[in-house]
Amino acid sequence: MQDFGNALELAIRLVASGDSDLMEIIALSLRVSLTALLVSAILGFSIGALVATSTFKGRGAIKILLSALMGLPPVVVGLIVYIFLSNAGPLGWTQLLYTPTAMIIAQTLLITPIIGALSTQVIEDIYLEYKDFFTSLAMSRRAVAGALLWDGRYSLLTVALAGFGRAIAEVGAIIIVGGNINHLTRVMTTAIALETSKGDLALAMALGLILIVVSLAINASVIALNLTAKRYAYA
Amino acid sequence: MQKRFTNGKTGLIPLEVSGLSYHADDRPLLDALDVRISSADRTVIMGPNGAGKSLFLRIIHGLIAPGAGDVRWGGRAMSDDVRRRQAMVFQRPVLLRRSVAGNMDFALSLRGAIDEEKRDALIERVGLGNARDQPARTLSGGEQQRLALARALALEPEVLMLDEPTANLDPASVLMIEEIVNEAHHAGAKIIFVTHDLSQARRLGDEIIFMHRGKILEQTQGDVFFKAPQSQAARDFIEGRIVT
Ligand SMILES: Nc1ncnc2c1ncn2[C@@H]1O[C@H](COP(=O)(O)OP(=O)(O)OP(=O)(O)O)[C@@H](O)[C@H]1O
Ligand SMILES: [Mg+2]
Repeated sequence: MQDFGNALELAIRLVASGDSDLMEIIALSLRVSLTALLVSAILGFSIGALVATSTFKGRGAIKILLSALMGLPPVVVGLIVYIFLSNAGPLGWTQLLYTPTAMIIAQTLLITPIIGALSTQVIEDIYLEYKDFFTSLAMSRRAVAGALLWDGRYSLLTVALAGFGRAIAEVGAIIIVGGNINHLTRVMTTAIALETSKGDLALAMALGLILIVVSLAINASVIALNLTAKRYAYA
Repeated sequence: MQKRFTNGKTGLIPLEVSGLSYHADDRPLLDALDVRISSADRTVIMGPNGAGKSLFLRIIHGLIAPGAGDVRWGGRAMSDDVRRRQAMVFQRPVLLRRSVAGNMDFALSLRGAIDEEKRDALIERVGLGNARDQPARTLSGGEQQRLALARALALEPEVLMLDEPTANLDPASVLMIEEIVNEAHHAGAKIIFVTHDLSQARRLGDEIIFMHRGKILEQTQGDVFFKAPQSQAARDFIEGRIVT
């Protein structure tokens, strides 16, 4: 096993040289998690706007369900998607197991409840404040939802970032449905898991560094968004 | 001497309220109100804190359903169509997380296209010409109230309801708001104005409705009300005593 200092040096060199394997892995990670984020944001924001502005009976139950699903362990999500996509499963015919699409599906299931639950909260708070005004204007449901989403834009962006942070750092779900196949479904987290177990710490640490940078960037964006929102009193 | 619009330009007059009650936990907040507002003049609603003025306004505008009773505008029950012909300026201004102009555009876009000239003229009219692109929620309290009024006017309402729109304003701004309200009135809008300010009520109140503890104690012509209030509560109120 390499010693730590050695591995770190190698890792930095890998990153600096733009190693093609490394870049491929990073690119796939971003592609999978950003696609999952896009789908989850569309679903989650819609759920949020719908639940926050409705008065139907099952509303409370949906909110509780969403919050409960927020904490779903990634491996369990992976397992469920695996069961559906495996050859014997109901969606086996799609032949999606061990493809990036399967990974996108798993991450979408993982973060949609997070984005849904958090955006419901955000939109509900704004709606409470605007409700009388919107009622006074006799706005349509669609116009109300649109206005709430727009006025929640800063908070909703931070919600989306939280979802992305969870997706990009997650390993349990995608390793099961993706299989960590080289050049096909290998992403940052699964590569780290594999390379570490093989004892190749340099690549693992290089990817670890990238992940830390991504996570720092996400947190910095959240802070910047919050500051901007405060400055404009849009929080 | 008073302007008479013979029930105004608006088909929403008279406002007829009958048997209107609203309870919270068995406490009557509005107690079997019967009132008819039949002229297009400026109606001022007065009464001590907690009398039920804001609640009354919210119910007649259809923001809350009454516990019991009936509200009719020009013979019609409240509907989206009726509500679209009215506008309300809230006691606490509700401003969107957008710029001053953005708030105006929002209202204008709901009533057709955004007319930028009209928008800017209204912003100018309420003295916010220099703040057009400022985030609305960073405005001072008084500026926020003036923006809320401008935004309500952008809707060109037939009935304009204002809930203490000058409570936080400096004297010059108070006069500005009153002028603007009067302009809207001359243009044909029915005005329903809630205020605590006696001199303001004297200036604006063609008709005074005096509320106390969820009841309407008086509805009289303004000049009559201040000379000869009929209830002890109104007399106390006018003379600045604590109303019991
Ligand atoms: N949803 C509610 N639930 C319980 N009590 C309420 C509710 N809405 C209003 N009230 C009560 O009803 C009373 C009348 O309230 P309202 O806001 O209409 O008073 P107001 O005449 O506008 O007073 P102010 O001059 O202070 O604005 C108050 O005692 C208030 O606490
Ligand atoms: Mg009030």
